[in-house]
Amino acid sequence: MRLALIRRDRASRRAMVLAPVLAFGLSILASLALFAVLGKSPGLALYALLLEPFLTWYNFSEVLLKMAPLLLIAQGLAIGFRANVFNIGAEGQLVMGAIGASAFPVFFPEATSGLMLPAMLLTGAASGMVWAGIAALFRTRFNANEILVTLMLTLISVQVLNYLLLGPWKDPKGFNFPQSVRFPDAALLPILLPGTRVTIALLFALAASGLAHVLMRHRFSGFQLLVAGLAPRAASYAGFSARRAIWVSLLLGGLAAGLAGAAEVAGPLGQLQRSVSTGYGYSAIIVAYLGGLNPIGIVVSAFVMAAISIGGDNAMVTADLPVAAVWVFQGLLLTFYLCGLTFIRHRVVLERAKPRARP
Amino acid sequence: MNAVDFILAGMLAAATPMLLAALGELVVERSGVLNLGLEGIMALGASLGFIVAHGTQNHALGFAAAAGGGVAISLIFAVVVLGFAANQVAAGLAIGILGTGLSSLFGKAYESRTIDGLPKLALPLLSDLPVVGPTLFTQDIVVWLTLLVAVALWAALNHSRLGLIIRAVGENPHAARAIGFRVLRVRCAAIAFGGAMAGIAGAYASTVYTPLWADGMIAGRGWIALALVVFGTWAAGRIVFGALLFGALSLGELTTQAAGVNIPSQVLACVPYVVTILMLAAISSNRRRMRLNTIASLGQPFSR
Repeated sequence: MRLALIRRDRASRRAMVLAPVLAFGLSILASLALFAVLGKSPGLALYALLLEPFLTWYNFSEVLLKMAPLLLIAQGLAIGFRANVFNIGAEGQLVMGAIGASAFPVFFPEATSGLMLPAMLLTGAASGMVWAGIAALFRTRFNANEILVTLMLTLISVQVLNYLLLGPWKDPKGFNFPQSVRFPDAALLPILLPGTRVTIALLFALAASGLAHVLMRHRFSGFQLLVAGLAPRAASYAGFSARRAIWVSLLLGGLAAGLAGAAEVAGPLGQLQRSVSTGYGYSAIIVAYLGGLNPIGIVVSAFVMAAISIGGDNAMVTADLPVAAVWVFQGLLLTFYLCGLTFIRHRVVLERAKPRARP
Repeated sequence: MNAVDFILAGMLAAATPMLLAALGELVVERSGVLNLGLEGIMALGASLGFIVAHGTQNHALGFAAAAGGGVAISLIFAVVVLGFAANQVAAGLAIGILGTGLSSLFGKAYESRTIDGLPKLALPLLSDLPVVGPTLFTQDIVVWLTLLVAVALWAALNHSRLGLIIRAVGENPHAARAIGFRVLRVRCAAIAFGGAMAGIAGAYASTVYTPLWADGMIAGRGWIALALVVFGTWAAGRIVFGALLFGALSLGELTTQAAGVNIPSQVLACVPYVVTILMLAAISSNRRRMRLNTIASLGQPFSR
């Protein structure tokens, strides 16, 4: 006897809900076991990771603050992932978005114009699009794998950031720290929830989620994209192009990540600094998958991942765990989830030895 | 030492971590599986290798630990993509993130500690050659072993029964199964081999090439190794050539600085990444050649 996966006739709704929940539970157990082996208290880690983010209003507002970029980027990436276009360089598009947006306050640090903020957001989004557009160009024109190109572009963007912060854009009065001038008020996003750091970027992210939902569910273009990605040949017979799917996926992904980068420098950071690249672009990949590449599911997974990341910050203090603990947890979460995903389309059966064919 | 001598002396060692990982990935991809987690597996190997080599003062044990760690984490990958037939791109990224996280978690206590590297061995006869002899042919033992592995892999993949089985499984898994080969078992073994090689590659970077522990020290070399497999169009010889090119390029930053050329170091640090993109475009744009060489079932889950 052996176990075998048999394809289901239709996707199992129960498995669709159970997969992320079970993956979450198993990741918690596995990470706690790992922390225990490393001599950290599992009880404290559990408290810091899962409870602390919800115990005070301030902590909870920080979860919403982290949720905004994760949600925005993940919605952009999911469009591509659904069409089998793998933009894994959102981190670089975010960095370029942050740089593009910072150009205005860096060159006009005294400005008070109301046009400053819209200009920053537009330039940020456009910078992200251009950075992702390079990958789209190389993919469509030269057939170069977008996974590797977007990743290489991310490594390059970090060097561009370093160059600017150590050289031309360094704040002359900044005690030689690698950071730009502090932005004027006209370059900062309005606060959404008074008394917290949550800006209206959260509304951008929620609006993007609504748009993504409409695009996928109610518009023919979403369907075209999906088909072009999954079955390029069928799509070309029907007259939609794989080439367009690549461009649309990468440009929208770049737009979302660029906007998220702009909102970081115009929001919680208030200046351009190295810490703009803290891995939102990578975490958003996990957020997109955990949400089942579904716009509504992604809202839930972005919230959960933001909470874990705030929990991870707490765990550094409370449970003496390094930041890397959060990466381990995220990696486990996606690993377990991908296993669980199999049960949506397959069921497991015990197979006996093959019966002989009767004459 | 002038710039040419410097590059001749250093490029083999600089190429070795990328080459080891790329050779492992070559076998994995030839069997039809794409493991994008290379960067994370190398990072894990680098930290485990350093910790063990630091504790025991024995490089061989460090390499063994790194290989073991690489096998262990890539077996998790194997369970996800073979057992559960999951999306290989997503699973590779998951394993990459997990490996990176584990690497800094384990390495935390060893930040900026150093150990001794390995002595250089001069190859008899060859190292007596004029000009290139004393520089190019005086390298540590791992460099020489890596080149031997490259030759062995070329021979095994192209001229042995085992290689034929691996290629059959990658080109047409259903046909391979029909004639009696265990597709999933072959792929699992290939993934484990790739994991061991990536682990060793990481350990070489942290215990021999720059014998110190710094978080994030793999710095994109796992991704370049993945690109090398494509540049080499899945052939061991061309992968060696590509790795040497990148080894030489990565030394460019140091040589131009030493020569007093006034270019920002960040621009030079980008050179390998830019060249990766351009080479990828140059090789991939020949669609006919890519179609001939690409592994037919690469990245597709196998189920009966």
